[in-house]
Amino acid sequence: MKLADLTYLLPELILLLTAALIFLLDLIWFKRPAVSERRTEWLPYVALAGLGGAALGLLPSLGKTASVATVLTADPYGVFFKALAIMGVALVVLLAAPYLRGRTPYRGEFYALLLIVALAICLAVGATNLVMIYLAMEFLSITSYVLTGYLRNDRKSGEAALKYFLYGATASAVMLYGMSLLYGATGTVDLAGIAAAFQGKAQGTLAWLSMPAIILLMAGFGFKASLVPFHQWAPDTYEGAPTPVTAFLSTASKATGFAILMRVLLTSLGQADIARQWISLLVAISVLTMTLGNLTALRQTHIKRLLAYSSIAQAGYILIGVAAVLAGPGRTFTGINGVLIYLLAYLFTNVGAFTVVTAVETATGKVDIRDYAGLVQRSPWLAALLLVFLLSLAGIPPTGGFIGKFFVFGAAVQNQMWVLVAIAAVNSVIAAFYYLNIVRYIFFTPAEEGADRIPVALPFRVAVGVTAAVTILLGLAPSPLIAWATQSAQALLVALR
Amino acid sequence: MVPLWYYLVLAAALFCIGAFGALARKNAVGVLMGVELMLNAVNINLVAFWRYTTAAQLTGQLFAVFVITVAAAEAAVGLALFIAIYRQRNTVNVEEFDTMKG
Repeated sequence: MKLADLTYLLPELILLLTAALIFLLDLIWFKRPAVSERRTEWLPYVALAGLGGAALGLLPSLGKTASVATVLTADPYGVFFKALAIMGVALVVLLAAPYLRGRTPYRGEFYALLLIVALAICLAVGATNLVMIYLAMEFLSITSYVLTGYLRNDRKSGEAALKYFLYGATASAVMLYGMSLLYGATGTVDLAGIAAAFQGKAQGTLAWLSMPAIILLMAGFGFKASLVPFHQWAPDTYEGAPTPVTAFLSTASKATGFAILMRVLLTSLGQADIARQWISLLVAISVLTMTLGNLTALRQTHIKRLLAYSSIAQAGYILIGVAAVLAGPGRTFTGINGVLIYLLAYLFTNVGAFTVVTAVETATGKVDIRDYAGLVQRSPWLAALLLVFLLSLAGIPPTGGFIGKFFVFGAAVQNQMWVLVAIAAVNSVIAAFYYLNIVRYIFFTPAEEGADRIPVALPFRVAVGVTAAVTILLGLAPSPLIAWATQSAQALLVALR
Repeated sequence: MVPLWYYLVLAAALFCIGAFGALARKNAVGVLMGVELMLNAVNINLVAFWRYTTAAQLTGQLFAVFVITVAAAEAAVGLALFIAIYRQRNTVNVEEFDTMKG
């Protein structure tokens, strides 16, 4: 590793230093109780500054492809997901600032941990080596367990963290077993090396291990991306976790699962005969995921739980893009670019929806769908913007969610996967039903007697404004995002051919 | 010399025992012990594959060392969570954590 390679690691270094700075500030400068309350209010801004610095740190690696320290790579694909993670975590920091006030006196570490999960994602999406992938995923998971259980006095938060931890530990052990088989079959843990070994058939005697290895690997990736049958943790964890953490788990963390899934499958297992095997596996998982997510979401009464099942169903749609992957010069739909577009649009849409949920929960303490009755009178802005997010989740134009669905389904149509497209279309209709059910409560059901206006703190206003603006903007002028995603996806598709 | 598949069968058996423990145990600490067994099965796999396929490089050994280290970190966070929950409810029986359903 050369010293110059450190410029590619700038975002990671900045995030690490800012997280350390926040830990220190929290420990030393904010110690005295008389002043600590006011000074702690500054910590979210320190965290935001760190995330801004990390975003600027991405600039030197824009458009470049380089191997860093042999286990990481700086390529446009990684940069896309790093930018996505930094934006997502920045929005979550905004949500956390007013949400944590009054819920826990120990707020400083929360922001440091948020920066650390951003760091973990940056490492995970750049990893090109099974050992590094495992380490980065565990780094992300372990930090997420702590964030989920952060509200120590809240029974639900603890239970959510316990379930997340037990599922996560088991899933990562299963994934690891798959990695050990893959290592045994090829004699290397480097993704490109694995591809070369399968190409050369040098290790032909052990090549039969590839399919079991893929299935076992899917446990780990599917756990992060909440794909059926590794989704059981998601509803309970999403419901019990602090709402900003839920917003993070359902977007940036899920995107990381997809990022690693696509990198591993395409760069190391992309040969035609192996790809055929995992594509049929992914189609099955995708159908199960969206159908089960949508059908269960229909009968939810708790808004965070409903969004949890909705997020499981969305993972099913996103997986269509991976299953419909197709490399070729000059193609509009490569599947992978659809996944990237979908994940970015979904990030802003879902964080926006969770911002509204957090704002309502912070002001009233209510989280049932019934409590959203008459929201339009109690807070017209929240109601209108929640409508935008729900329309985007349902995939109705002109929103970012529509563009994402268009590109993912378009790839499947181009591959003539008609059954998959039909099932996805039916699922979209089911999903529209429960999204619009919330809309019915917001606009057409009168509020309860004596329900006051809902005060919305400034950070919530900023977060909800930014996410709504981006969601609509992506729907109206999607071409920059499409160009960016297509170019980022090329980094992976090159390996496929 | 003992053939490779002896080790693979041992690892697979250990993995299954661990998986059964992780799925069937009611006590959260028991589940964690099951997971540790699964990780140890992985370590046997890694070291056996290393010895029989690429003994010239240290990759497999290195991977196993990382797995052991991360398992320790994971157990630390897990046990801390268990203690926090035990203080709330006086139990770590996973069947009693049913506040959230649906």
